[in-house]
Amino acid sequence: MSAVMITRKVRKWEKLPGKNTFCCDGRVMMARQKGVFYLTLFLIVGTCALFFAFECPYLAVHLSPTIPVFAALLFLFVMAMLLRTSFSDPGVLPRALPEEATFIEMEIEAANGNVPAGQRPPPRIRNVQINNQIVKLKYCYTCKIFRPPRASHCSICDNCVDRFDHHCPWVGNCVGKRNYRYFYLFTLSLSLLTIYIFTFDIVHVVMRKYQLSNQREQTGFTVLEVLVCFFTLWSVVGLTGFHTYLISLNQTTNEDIKGSWSGKNRVQNPYSHKNILKNCCEVLCGPTYPSVLDRRGVMQEDSPVSAASAAPSSSSSTNPVPQTTVRTHTHINLNIKSRAITEGVGEK
Amino acid sequence: MYFVSRKCAVVRIYQVRLQDLQQPAVSSKVFIQRDYSSGTICKFQTKFPSELESRIDKQQFEETIQTLNNLYAEAEKLGGKSYLEGCLACLTAYTIFLCMETHYEKVLKKIARYIKDQNEKIYAPRGLLLTDPIERGLRVVEITIFEDRSIGSGR
Repeated sequence: MSAVMITRKVRKWEKLPGKNTFCCDGRVMMARQKGVFYLTLFLIVGTCALFFAFECPYLAVHLSPTIPVFAALLFLFVMAMLLRTSFSDPGVLPRALPEEATFIEMEIEAANGNVPAGQRPPPRIRNVQINNQIVKLKYCYTCKIFRPPRASHCSICDNCVDRFDHHCPWVGNCVGKRNYRYFYLFTLSLSLLTIYIFTFDIVHVVMRKYQLSNQREQTGFTVLEVLVCFFTLWSVVGLTGFHTYLISLNQTTNEDIKGSWSGKNRVQNPYSHKNILKNCCEVLCGPTYPSVLDRRGVMQEDSPVSAASAAPSSSSSTNPVPQTTVRTHTHINLNIKSRAITEGVGEK
Repeated sequence: MYFVSRKCAVVRIYQVRLQDLQQPAVSSKVFIQRDYSSGTICKFQTKFPSELESRIDKQQFEETIQTLNNLYAEAEKLGGKSYLEGCLACLTAYTIFLCMETHYEKVLKKIARYIKDQNEKIYAPRGLLLTDPIERGLRVVEITIFEDRSIGSGR
């Protein structure tokens, strides 16, 4: 038996190609650039905080206590949808393993036949017939797969995403098959929240002006909220309307921009059920697709660490070091468990 | 003032059986591609690959793939039940999925059991191994063909 090596528990997300960032040990998956996402969070939380602090006490007393309650529920729903959109896997397709890539290459070469030297080989396209429409499947040179219909490669995240809609910097993630409905519900609920806050800000200002005799409260924050809501309204409500239109036709933003089904070459959308209600039901209430990435699965990795080392640890953590398994150089799998226990004695 | 840590490793070695050393070598792999003729639903081609001709019945293979296709269709079915699940989840801001398994996940477990069962009963005795498509991103059904040791000459 040759030298024994200890492997440490490595989760699959650590080895995933692509330009995503992962948090909470693979539970959270986002794009690399998160600056605009923090701005979104700040705007939503900040505006709502101002609303709850300055408008709600007055409105609850003079109008109805249900106003802040409903605003709070709406705010929580908006945050839940935003975080769900931002943190979940949009439907990333894993890259082909070497054997699969080789198999596909062989199939392509067999299909192409003999290409004369000096001539460019034909583009790698597969034609499939869906609902009596010919759909072209393109080959992705990065992921080494033929992209499924409606999938597209996001250059920002460097992944192929199923039913790719668009990459949204405001949520810091791609919008694809798995998180499209959360994205739509986020824009819809944010529109409602913006309209709600805007309306009650105006009501508040009007009511204050009506009670001329009362003390002149500071309306600076109200003006700030109105400004934020006004600009947000135009963009978010417009976006919600646009996505409602897309959902009713069962189209993605990507297809709309590229004009895939816009009738120029008379190719109709083969995925539409030709019924607005059915299209909406499929997109919004359809089955929740699982992630095929298996981010939290454990990988075997070899790292040359001695089995019986008793090195002192400088960490102040009292958590036990995770169990490790051992592999030998030869192809014999030995199940060896080594438990390293670190105890820390508190310092004074 | 000072920090003390103690690490001790306990190592236990299990006996290795002789037959574990004789792992069959992989001869080749076949990848059954997706069938997109019905749209984007998960469905695999039932075309019988030529590499498996000497190993398994065409009918047996087609039956396996067809059952898999039926199971995936069940998972992705649009109907009253899936709409109800979707609406209920939406009303709870999808927090219900923290404690409840989705219909799709339940069917995936069923599929995993089916594939394990098929491997044990039909494919392993013939020197083949089906890989669950979920491990390949639901893109392909990977069939590993092992060298046929029983006959003597591998292919």
